[in-house]
Amino acid sequence: MYFTEQHELVRKLARDFATKELTNEILDEVEETAVFPQEILDKMAKAGFFGIKTPREYGGQGADVRSYVLAMEEIARVSAVASLYVSSPNSLAGGPLLLAGNEEQLEKYLRPVVTGEKILCFGLTEPGAGSDAGGMTTTAVKDGDYYILNGRKTFITMAPFSDYAIIYAKTDMSKGTHGISAFIVDMKAEGVSTGKPENKMGIIGCGTSDIIMENVRVHKSEMLGEENEGFINAMKTLDLGRIGVASQGIGVAQGALDDAIAYAKERKQFGRPLAKFQAISFMIAEMATKLEAAKQLVYKAAYLKDTNASPKECSLAASMAKYYATEVCNEICAKALQIHGGYGFIKEYKIERRYRDCRVFTIYEGTSQVQQMVISGVLLK
Amino acid sequence: MKIVVCVKQVPDTNEVKIDPVKGTLIREGVPSILNPDDANALEAALALKDKNPGSTVEVVTMGPPQAKIMLKECLAMGADKGYLLSDRAFGGADTCATSTTIAAGIKKIGDYDIIFAGRQAIDGDTAQVGPQTAMRLGLPVVTYVEDVEINGDKAVVKRQLEDGYEKIEVKLPCVLTCVKELNEPRYMTFAGIVDACKADITVWDHNDVALDPADCGLNASPTQVARSFTPPAKGKGEMLTGTVDEMSKALIGRLKEKHML
Repeated sequence: MYFTEQHELVRKLARDFATKELTNEILDEVEETAVFPQEILDKMAKAGFFGIKTPREYGGQGADVRSYVLAMEEIARVSAVASLYVSSPNSLAGGPLLLAGNEEQLEKYLRPVVTGEKILCFGLTEPGAGSDAGGMTTTAVKDGDYYILNGRKTFITMAPFSDYAIIYAKTDMSKGTHGISAFIVDMKAEGVSTGKPENKMGIIGCGTSDIIMENVRVHKSEMLGEENEGFINAMKTLDLGRIGVASQGIGVAQGALDDAIAYAKERKQFGRPLAKFQAISFMIAEMATKLEAAKQLVYKAAYLKDTNASPKECSLAASMAKYYATEVCNEICAKALQIHGGYGFIKEYKIERRYRDCRVFTIYEGTSQVQQMVISGVLLK
Repeated sequence: MKIVVCVKQVPDTNEVKIDPVKGTLIREGVPSILNPDDANALEAALALKDKNPGSTVEVVTMGPPQAKIMLKECLAMGADKGYLLSDRAFGGADTCATSTTIAAGIKKIGDYDIIFAGRQAIDGDTAQVGPQTAMRLGLPVVTYVEDVEINGDKAVVKRQLEDGYEKIEVKLPCVLTCVKELNEPRYMTFAGIVDACKADITVWDHNDVALDPADCGLNASPTQVARSFTPPAKGKGEMLTGTVDEMSKALIGRLKEKHML
């Protein structure tokens, strides 16, 4: 009920792409080498996956949030890590630029990001400032036409191979979250370095590392938006980011459910397929029902964004979608693995990867508990 | 150049199941897709357009109103215009009647330089509509095209054979029916989808293409299906393993066992 003919074609495009390009051989290789094939990224760029909702005037595709959600869902259904490459330019990289960038910045940074020529990462989290992003200690001190940045960002997706980073830093230590500004930092600038890529549990094939800044000089023209208004920019970006992670959740969960159904029909014990045991069939019924409920929340959150509902309504829907979809995704993957029995524990079966990949969904871009804070905050105001 | 591509919406046979009792296709719930060979035909046309700026690619199909979405898919891949020949009078057509209708549609589109079609549709596998359409339009046709190059007013075509290929030079305008080896069809783009959904598909009935209902659809279809059946599935073959030497020895042993050697 949230979709039109356009969305039907978008789903078809993303599904065709995922099934044709993200083959088991390629995904196994990504797991082994931790490198995602550039060839697939180039094909994604050509089909427009990196700028789905970005306006045409900046090289984007001019579609909507529902199209983004469907693309994410269908790609994540086959590969969670591939969906991260779709989400980044559309969301954490493109979002802050679209929200606060001036014409020059949009031309210089957004266009190459959505056309796949450059990679930009989002640097908010710090070793001591995760959910409490306002507690960051990275500073930007004014020095003539420049700002001098010092500090360390952590768990930054794609940092090891990014061309640029959006860095949030304190320009006024006395004002808390109202003293944070956003900067576009060239990753090759003097004083910028990245830590060693983290050895992660899942989402292997998309490097995550620290960004360390030691006396990095950033020209004032590279400030994104107004001084001291960076926190709002980050929070608004995360609002859309939540819908993206929620759609990864329904995608991976759908993949897990597909695996479980196929396996339950094929695997025989005690002389009959697992699917003929009520315990297993009821598990599948429960998984499918929860997944459907999650999908409706995610689609609704996207629909509200597309139809310009009030920011409060959008934020509430996005948090509910992210909270529920990622929690049930973990539950569905765990049950799907259980249905696979011992084979579920073996890497040859896709469910093993899905189970590890989805674990971070309830954590990144606002933990489930932060979503509960947002939801209850709106309700109990 | 004005390039016309004939396309067909078909059930995705990868998803089709056979009714074990009736022996017919279970079409319910089966997604419809752009016929795979036709996607290659469209890609050939789009590649030609890319090489010759200012060219247009127009797609034409005969089918029920639901076929519109497939035409939009073609637009989202890069085609410029879509035509749907849709009329109750066209229903129940065999290849003979279908080609009459398609040819009438292409005549109305007019001024074409080259017409591409898929080799055959996966739901019928006849491979007749392309050549028949060429005949009705009085055009030369080359089937099983696996490579094509345009040279002035001629096309140089590689025609796939079972044990090799033919190289044929053919004068434009002509009809070329394409095989999957010709190219790798491109994906739709998101922007293409957005535009395609805003575009109008031209729908023509028998009056629009000046056809007498007696000449189309079931009325003009001499083909009658006497019986349809599913051939019994072949047993699983045996895969030999080991080195080439070991496998050859095993194979010779098996053939001797069966008194074939």
